[in-house]
Amino acid sequence: MTFSPQLEARFAKLLASYPPGRERSAMIPMLLYAQDELGSVTDELIADVADRTGVTPLQVNEVISYYTMLRRKPAGKYHVQVCTNVSCLLRDADRLFEHACRKLGLDNHGVTADGQFSIEEVECMGACSWAPAVQVNYDFHHAVTPEKLDQLLDELKDKR
Amino acid sequence: MLYNQPSPLETRVLTRRFGMLNSASIGTYLATDGYQAFLKASKMTPAQIIDEVKASNLRGRGGAGFPTGMKWSFVPRTSPKPKYIVVNGDEGEPGTCKDRVLLENDPHSLIEGCLIAGLAVDAHAGYVYIRGEYRYLIDILEKAIAEAYAKGWLGKNIQGTGFDFDLYAHTGAGSYECGEESALLESLEGKRGVPRIRPPFPAVSGAFQCPTVLNNVETFCAVPWILAGGGKAFADLGVPKAGGTKLTALSGHVAKPGVYELRLGFPVRQLIEEVGGGIPNGKKLKAFIPGGSSCPILTAAECEGATMDYDSMAARKSMLGSGGVIVMDEDTCMVKVALRIMKFYADESCGWCIPCREGTTWLTKIMTRFYDGQGSRADIDLLGDISKNMLGRTFCPLGDAAALPMISLVEKFRDEFVDYLKGKRREETSGRLVTV
Repeated sequence: MTFSPQLEARFAKLLASYPPGRERSAMIPMLLYAQDELGSVTDELIADVADRTGVTPLQVNEVISYYTMLRRKPAGKYHVQVCTNVSCLLRDADRLFEHACRKLGLDNHGVTADGQFSIEEVECMGACSWAPAVQVNYDFHHAVTPEKLDQLLDELKDKR
Repeated sequence: MLYNQPSPLETRVLTRRFGMLNSASIGTYLATDGYQAFLKASKMTPAQIIDEVKASNLRGRGGAGFPTGMKWSFVPRTSPKPKYIVVNGDEGEPGTCKDRVLLENDPHSLIEGCLIAGLAVDAHAGYVYIRGEYRYLIDILEKAIAEAYAKGWLGKNIQGTGFDFDLYAHTGAGSYECGEESALLESLEGKRGVPRIRPPFPAVSGAFQCPTVLNNVETFCAVPWILAGGGKAFADLGVPKAGGTKLTALSGHVAKPGVYELRLGFPVRQLIEEVGGGIPNGKKLKAFIPGGSSCPILTAAECEGATMDYDSMAARKSMLGSGGVIVMDEDTCMVKVALRIMKFYADESCGWCIPCREGTTWLTKIMTRFYDGQGSRADIDLLGDISKNMLGRTFCPLGDAAALPMISLVEKFRDEFVDYLKGKRREETSGRLVTV
């Protein structure tokens, strides 16, 4: 597989970061960075990463099922992650999540038909003091109310 | 970037550069005595460095609170194997968001802490494991690392000291269990984050089965100040047997949630009322989590006279933990809280060992049924029994992390669980107690 020059450079840097014979350590970072470009972990990517890190495709597969950020099917262009763990729950994050699902017309893990949005109820993302917390892809949003969420989603929808 | 107003009650040691222009840049770092502690340490013997850290009474800031100097002394420096420094930046403990602000506002203090640790144990490479969701922080750290290399504070023969050190950022990909030190090391090797049997501990067999110092971000960030000012100065900021300050992440029902750096031994009442600005809407305190959801929960009565340090919390059969303080007011439905906490551990259990995999799953199933109104009195005892059977019997502390809060909830809020069976619920918006 060929990736962007930036990703290829990152792969090269990763492989050189670990002790000799320990290229397997690059596997999880590689999968995540490649997923950022491809949208999901495809069979082709699994074979490619296995090859680059000197392991079998099975050894890559067994890792994917463990890590929550790695996915086999693409998410939306904007993957909306709503935390409902304790600190956020105490600030009504459960109702925020329900609101988000209604607004997008999706259930948990759903993707809109046009591929623009997806939604996921997530565990603690490390923004507890600024709850309720939402991540869209890698961007953090703090103190999110249903109104703020509506505004955020509308702004993203209008982006081209 | 600062996410909350500082409090005048803070003692700004690790956070002393926060709020400065370009606090994360090496320019600001060097202009504020940055990397001087490393130069000082480079003229000390490893034993002297470790003695200084021991004198500081610094204890692990990730949650376990193990004495840091003692941990470093366990590394067999004369081993023929290469040694490693590994930073735990997985920060997944619910309620905890303090390593995040350190990485964002003063990444060079982490780099310098790693360098000093390297000197102490003859390690020449380090890995900063950062949770995958913290991508923007990985970017900030990698920028700081590049700056350090460019200015000769990483790499070969650093500033002519003869000491070589390389540092790398390494991303996780979504897993709370990878914050457990041995599971982290497995993840670093490109595997599922399943914990290892201990002994051997990481100090003897850690990264790549080599001797490793593995500590939390905040723990490393404290090290430069300790070497610069002396361990005793750090120790004196705290309480006997626990030195220094603790970054405390305040969340839940407080007027001023945020991350605050407070001396160990800070009174809980003052933390809630003065630092946190009190509980909004004139509500009373009902429950208090001192250091992340893995801690036994405390009632308002148990908070009387309590201080934020290891011994005070241990005396109340809880823990100081990660510094993730969660405040709950009188309208909080403890049954709902219990369910959500159990769901977290069931979601995050690696699935390896039966007591945790089955235990967290069954606790969640029973709590779900209970919350939906299909529970029984026997369930309340069952929740306690299952939890007690998990305690100390799981392969890693995640099982304990689920069991401990569950036990504390059914014991201390038993009446509320019983009332729930009778149909007494907290109304969603008003918090009023109603009977369904």
